Amino acid sequence: MSADPRDEIVEHLPALRAFALSLTRNGALADDMVQDSLVKAWTKIDSYEPGTNMRAWLFTILRNTYYSNRRKAGREVADVDGVYTASLSEKPAHDGRLQMTDFHAAFAKLNDEQREALILVGASGFSYEEAAGMCGVAVGTIKSRTNRARARLAELMHLDMDEALEMTDGATLAVISGNRTASVG
Amino acid sequence: MAQDRNKARQSQVIDDNLKRVYQDMLDEKVPDRFLDLLSQLKGQQENGNHGETK
Repeated sequence: MSADPRDEIVEHLPALRAFALSLTRNGALADDMVQDSLVKAWTKIDSYEPGTNMRAWLFTILRNTYYSNRRKAGREVADVDGVYTASLSEKPAHDGRLQMTDFHAAFAKLNDEQREALILVGASGFSYEEAAGMCGVAVGTIKSRTNRARARLAELMHLDMDEALEMTDGATLAVISGNRTASVG
Repeated sequence: MAQDRNKARQSQVIDDNLKRVYQDMLDEKVPDRFLDLLSQLKGQQENGNHGETK
């Protein structure tokens, strides 16, 4: 028997869970969604084109599951800000590391679409084009969602203020504080 | 413009932290239930293998 693409699914499990957690911010809900998605992926393997990005295909199944559940529920499925946050261990903040609780709390305040765009593009390394394909929207839409999400996070975390100062070296510090002469020289 | 640089730097800081959060999630151990599910699905497929093409 030739290689079954389904055998590759297991390699994407950690990423699939991470994506589910980022969308739902709720461990139990995320795992239920992963479970549903695995069954769907397994039974609909014919819709996967061998040689294409399997992770993108799996993520698409998962997000479709999530949004269709959300539609059915009529509202946001997960408005449990901070549930997942609490389960993550706190890390010391140094060298550009934001306080994780703060970051999670801010991240949870984004809307689903913004959070999704940011995770796909900012964290998982998908291109704007790939993310647009997965989300079924225009590339420009993904770009504006990520931009708005970053701006909102920066605002929520007061990133242009105290916190940012701690995490930058001299040159970027000057940039952030708007001191052009020091940075541009 | 300093403002553009500021924005670029902000994006960088946000993405760096995002990647750390994401990496933390990636590093979590995958619960056995998913591995069990996959082998269960595979088992079903092999038991009920209706002359699947090679």
